[in-house]
Formats: sequence, C-alpha cells, structure tokens
Amino acid sequence: MIYFIEDAINGILMGSIYGLTALGLTIIFGVLKVVNFAHGSLLMVGMYVAFWTVSLTGLHPYLSLIIVVPVMYGFGYCLQAVVIKPIFKAEKNVREPLTVIIVTTGVWYILDNMTLLIFGPQYRSIQDNPLKGKMIEIGEMMISVPKLWGCIIAIVTAVGVYWFLQKTRTGRAIRATSLDRDAASLSGINQYRIYNMTFGIGTAIAGIAGVTLIPFYNIFPTVGVLFDIKGFIIVVLGGLGSIHGAIIGGIIIGLIESVGPQFMTSTWTEAIVYGLFLLVLFVKPSGLFGVKYDW
Amino acid sequence: MAFLDIKNIDVFYGDVQVIFDLSLNINEGEVVSIIGGNGAGKSTLLRTISGLMNPAKGQIRFEDAAIESLPPEEIVHKGIVHVPEGRRLFSLMSIKDNLIVGAYNERADQYMEETLEEVYEMLPRLKEREAQLAITLSGGEQQMVAIGRGLMAKPKILMLDEPSLGLAPVLINSIFETIRKIADQGTTVLLVEQDVNHSLKLSDRGYVLEHGRIAMEGKAQDLLGDPHIKEAYLGI
Ligand SMILES: Nc1ncnc2c1ncn2[C@@H]1O[C@H](COP(=O)(O)OP(=O)(O)OP(=O)(O)O)[C@@H](O)[C@H]1O
Ligand SMILES: [Mg+2]
Repeated sequence: MIYFIEDAINGILMGSIYGLTALGLTIIFGVLKVVNFAHGSLLMVGMYVAFWTVSLTGLHPYLSLIIVVPVMYGFGYCLQAVVIKPIFKAEKNVREPLTVIIVTTGVWYILDNMTLLIFGPQYRSIQDNPLKGKMIEIGEMMISVPKLWGCIIAIVTAVGVYWFLQKTRTGRAIRATSLDRDAASLSGINQYRIYNMTFGIGTAIAGIAGVTLIPFYNIFPTVGVLFDIKGFIIVVLGGLGSIHGAIIGGIIIGLIESVGPQFMTSTWTEAIVYGLFLLVLFVKPSGLFGVKYDW
Repeated sequence: MAFLDIKNIDVFYGDVQVIFDLSLNINEGEVVSIIGGNGAGKSTLLRTISGLMNPAKGQIRFEDAAIESLPPEEIVHKGIVHVPEGRRLFSLMSIKDNLIVGAYNERADQYMEETLEEVYEMLPRLKEREAQLAITLSGGEQQMVAIGRGLMAKPKILMLDEPSLGLAPVLINSIFETIRKIADQGTTVLLVEQDVNHSLKLSDRGYVLEHGRIAMEGKAQDLLGDPHIKEAYLGI
C-alpha cells in the first residue's frame, strides 16, 4: 500500500511536468489554431539552453530560468515571425491552414538534426547537480525533490499564465484573437504580432518545462519526441486550448504511468494511455472537461 | 475633398469579382446609408474599407491619405471603425472585456476609462451586466455590445453592418435611436441596412448597391420617395 501511494505521488508530480509541456502546446493551438509539431523539439532546445546555462555559469538549475525564459521567448517569437508567419499570410483566406502544420513538422526535423550535428548523439546530464537523487522521506515513503519542485513550478506557471491572459492588456488581446481573429483585427489588434507573442510564450513554457526536467532527466537530441506524443494526448484529454485541462490531463497520464506497472507490464500501461486517448476522442472530443477555452 | 473618398474600386473573392468600379464618398458629420439586397456586396464593401480585404484596383482615401493597402489595425487607428455583420463578439469574454478590447488601438487606449463611462451612459444595460459572458446575451444585448465595442475605438467614421438584423421591432427602434445619438454627437456614420425605411429616415444621403455596382445615389429623402426604391426595397 505504501508503495502504491509513493508511486501515485511521484506520478502526480511527474504528470504535472507533462502538463507543463502540454500547456505551451495548448496555448499555441488556442490562438494560432495549428498543432505545433515542433513543440517537443522546443522542449529539447529548452533543455539544452538550460543545460549549457547551468554548465557554463554554474548557476543553480532553477536559477537558469532567468536566462532560459527570455531566450526561449525570443526564439519562439522569431521562429513564428520569420518561418511561420509568411505561410499564414500566404494562406490568409484558408480557414485551417494545413501547410502551417507541415512547416512545424519541418521545424521539428531541422531542430532535432541541427542539435544532433552540433552536440552529437550522446546523453548529457548536469555535473555537480545539487538535486541529484534528492529525496524527501515522509514516513516510509520517498518523494523525489526535483519532481516536487517541477510540480510547484508547473502550477505556478499555469496560474501565472492564466492571470496574464485574464488581467493584462496583452492577455486580453491574445484571448480576443483566439476567439475571433477578424473581430480582433477590427479592434486594432495586430493579429500577426499576437501570433508571434503567443508562440514566444508557448516556447518559453517549453523552456520552463525543460528546466524542471534537467535535474533528473538526460538531455539528448531526440528527447522531445517522448514528450511530444504525451503532450498531444494530454491536450486532447484536457480539451484543446484548456489551461487547467492541460495540467490535469498531464497528472492523469503521470498517474497511469506510475501506478499502472504495479498491476500490469508497462506495455499495458501505454496501451491504456492510448486507449484512454481514443476513448476521449470518440466519446467526448471536446476533452474531459468539456470546455474549449477556459481563458 | 471628401472625408472618405472611394474611387473606382474592384474587389474579388479569389477569381470571383463582387464589386465593380465602385465610387462613393462621405463628408465629415454625415450619416450615409448603403442599401441593397442579399449578396449585393454591402458587407464586402465595408470589409474592403476596413482593410480585411484589399481592392484589386482603385483608391480609398481617408482624411487625404491612401488607406487601401493598410492592414485593419492601422485603419482602426486612423479612426475608421467597422462593427461587423453578425456582431462577432468575443464570445467567452465578459461584456466589459469585449468593450476594453475595443479600445486596443493607441489613439483610443489613452481615453479608455472615460470612453467606457460614456458607453455605459449611452447603453446602461451593459453596465448592469458587465461581468456576463458575451455568449450568454440576447441578440439585442449582443448588438449593443458590438456597437459599444465600436465606440470604444473612438471612431471618426463608424461603419455598422446590419445592426438591426434578427431583432424584434422594439429593439430595432432602440438600436436606431442609439445610432441617432451617436450621429448627433458628431460621429460620421456609414450604415448598411436591409431595413431601408428606418435607415434612410436616419440618413442624410444614401447609395443603392445592386450586383456590386452603385445603381442609384442621392439625398435620403429623395430615395425614400423614389418609385424604384419603393417597389424594390420598401415593398410598397
Ligand atoms: N468569403 C467569401 N468567399 C467567396 N464569396 C463570397 C464570400 N463572402 C461573400 N461572397 C460573395 O460575395 C457577394 C457579396 O457578398 P456580401 O456579403 O458582400 O453581400 P451583402 O450585400 O452583404 O449581402 P447580405 O445582405 O446577405 O449580407 C455574394 O455573392 C457572396 O456570395
Ligand atoms: Mg452583408
């Protein structure tokens, strides 16, 4: 029983980090209406930026956020402005521009392969890691400290993003654009600038997720793929565009993954994850929580 | 020189031309109506003025500057504000947030608080319900929010696309009264309406749009008395 609770808690903590990766994806989707297939790669880039920041400056892993967040925001902003925006403009009159999805897939391949070229295929992890293997003991249970911090950072990020979207002028403009692009333009909002900023925010969130992962996760060029697939599943579970849906969806996946292996082989837990994904798609395509946007 | 001056524009959706060599002008302080049947191109004309679409040919000048190739947000900034057909509110945002977003352009943003008070004064119902989500409002209330959102942008020209569409007669009267008040405060109004009687009575001048071309233009009073208009649009 005690192991069950311990696994469940660690699963919830890890799940909230999955939720954080899904959060960036869901926000980009909510505004641009495109599935960003490069999102896992952005997480990977975030992990490398965090890794090199920590390695070169000797900063505490979590303090690397002060560099990772602005760098990733700028990276996402420019990526959208330079690579994706021209496609949007060319497809101005198309309701759901498929070509943009193809472009994000291209970005995924380019980022993963460039990283492979520059840094090689080897697995890296931070040296002199102050959080390495750190556990808190509660009675007989062992809870991972970096995962606990990851969970706290994920929740603070989600609350912060929600507050930003609700209460700030730019946040309102982002919500307006997500609800009706033309009406937003007619209110004086530069739609493409909002896309740039939203992509920047989504990428910065991927960077934050990267920071929470590096204390206990290896860094390698294709690390994003693992999180990519989970991200899509979570976003569908939680409802496309939903902020709290992303976090809760992440926690559900984390729980299934951690508790599942006590009852079955881990191949089965994966089958359950995909099964749940398909079930939600069939029965409640708007996601478990039924709301499309909660912002 | 007219306030807004449209000269010989052609507008296309893909390969399909819907506006043909159209010219139209509006003087400062006027209320001008555009009337015409379904599919005549009225909404397309407004979408072209507000920059959602670009004319393939011709010029649009506002306060003596060419605007035909500017994006919509810059046209709003110059003072031409388009309240689109079908309200197009931000459905999951509150009334108040819808109004605040209306003032997003820099020119209007600095007066946001004051304008909000003015809009609430003109449309008190919106203040009572300011926290309610737009999607939960009745058609008439939604139209009030749409107009209010347009006013928040501090329009020099307010373009309204079928504000009375789908509303009960009582509400139609109150919408036209509101438009009257806006015009009396000195805002230039370009009104697209199927309710020809109401809109011409409110207007100084009118244009009749048929199949993408101006079929007739003149003083509103003259148009109201015109036999063709009576037959085709007033059903008399
Ligand atoms: N997005 C579009 N793509 C292609 N054709 C369009 C599009 N929107 C409108 N049209 C066509 O352009 C013509 C003019 O349409 P428009 O909406 O401007 O007419 P309208 O005068 O506003 O009509 P209504 O009174 O019904 O609103 C119509 O023939 C319409 O079918
Ligand atoms: Mg129309």
